[in-house]
Amino acid sequence: MLKEFADYITYALLKLEPTSHLGDALNFFIYDTLKIFLLLSTIVYGVAVIRAYFPPEKTKRILSHKREFIGNTMAALLGIVTPFCSCSAVPLFIGFVEAGVPLGVTFSFLISSPMVNEIALIMLWGLFGWKIALIYTGTGVVLAIVSGIVIGKLKMEKYVQDYVWEIKAGAGDIVPTSFREKLVYARDYTAELLKRIWPYVIIGIAVGGIVHGYIPTDFVVKYAGRDNPFAVLVAVLIGIPLYSNAAGMIPVVQALVGKGMAMGTVLAFMMSVTAISFPEAVILKNVLKMRLIYTFFGIVAVGIIIVGYLFNFIL
Amino acid sequence: MEIKVLGPGCVNCHKMEAMAKQAVTELGIEANIEKITDIGQIAMHGILSTPGLIVNGKIRHSGKPLPSLEKVKELIKSEA
Repeated sequence: MLKEFADYITYALLKLEPTSHLGDALNFFIYDTLKIFLLLSTIVYGVAVIRAYFPPEKTKRILSHKREFIGNTMAALLGIVTPFCSCSAVPLFIGFVEAGVPLGVTFSFLISSPMVNEIALIMLWGLFGWKIALIYTGTGVVLAIVSGIVIGKLKMEKYVQDYVWEIKAGAGDIVPTSFREKLVYARDYTAELLKRIWPYVIIGIAVGGIVHGYIPTDFVVKYAGRDNPFAVLVAVLIGIPLYSNAAGMIPVVQALVGKGMAMGTVLAFMMSVTAISFPEAVILKNVLKMRLIYTFFGIVAVGIIIVGYLFNFIL
Repeated sequence: MEIKVLGPGCVNCHKMEAMAKQAVTELGIEANIEKITDIGQIAMHGILSTPGLIVNGKIRHSGKPLPSLEKVKELIKSEA
C-alpha cells in the first residue's frame, strides 16, 4: 500500500519517469519516509505503554539488592525501556545507589539506556534490515551486561563521591497511575519524541538516497573500508568524546555505510558516540571520582572495539 | 499546601515551575511553591528523572513528557 502511494505521488501526480534518476530517488525517499514514520509511531507508542509501567523510580526498586549477572541482565534490559536523559543521569545514579542497587548493576543500566533503545532498533531495521538491528541491540545489551559485571568485580565503590553514600532518600512514594493515564503518557511521549527527532529521520533517509546515487565511495573505502585493520579502533576513539542520541546518529550512519565503510565499523562508531562522551564525563564527575570514570570509559571502549571487529568478521 | 518543583534548571524544569504557579493561581488556592535545583536534594526526594512535581510530600510527576496544565491542576486539586 505504501509502495502504491509512493508510486502514485512520483509517477502519476508529479509525472516523473520511473526510469529517471530523480523519479527513482524521490520514489524511494517517499516510500522509506512513510515506512519509517509508520514503524516509529507504532513501535514507539507500544514501547511507551510498556515504559509507563517502568518509571525509573520503580526500576530502582526492582534492581535493588539484585545479584551479579541476574541484576546486570535485568538492568541492561530495563535500560531499553526506561526513559533516560543525560540531564537526569546524576539523580538517577544517586537514586539507584541509595536504593541499594549494586554499583556494577547501576552501570549496566547507565550503559544500555542511552545506547540501546527502540529508536535505534527501528531506524537500523528500516534502513539496513532486521538482522543489523537485532545484532546491534543484542550486542549492545551483552556489552552493557559484561561491562557492568567487570565494573562490579573491580570493587570501585570507594571511587564514588563520598557524599553519595550519605544521601538518604525520603519516602517519596509515586502515586500509581491508571491504565488510561498510561495511554495518555504513551501518546504524549510518542508525539514529543517524533517532534524532536523527525528532522534527523528525514535527513537520514535523504542522505541515504543522495549518497547512494551520487557520491563516489573510493575515499571512505580507501581509509576506513574492510581492509584497514585500524578502522574500528580509530572510529571508536573518534566517537568517545562526541555525543549524540541514537536518532541523531542515523544520518551519519547512513552516509558512512553509503560511502562504503564496513557495517561493523559504523555500528561501533554509533555505539561509542551514544554510550560514552565528554559531556557525560562532566556530568558524572558530580557523582564519580575520575578513576572510576576512566575505568568505565575504558571498559566500554574496549568492549565496543571488540564488538566492531566481531561485526566486521561475521557480516 | 506544599508544592515542590524539582529540576537542575533545564528548559522543562522552568516550564514545570511556571505551570505549577499558574495552576495555583487559576485554582485560587494557598500554596507554597518551592524550587529545588540541587542534585543531591532532588535525589533525596526520590526523584530520578526530572522535572519532578511533589505535592504535599507525594511524587505526582517525574520526567518527560511534561503533563498538561489541566493535568497539573488536577494533580494539585486532588491534594487540596
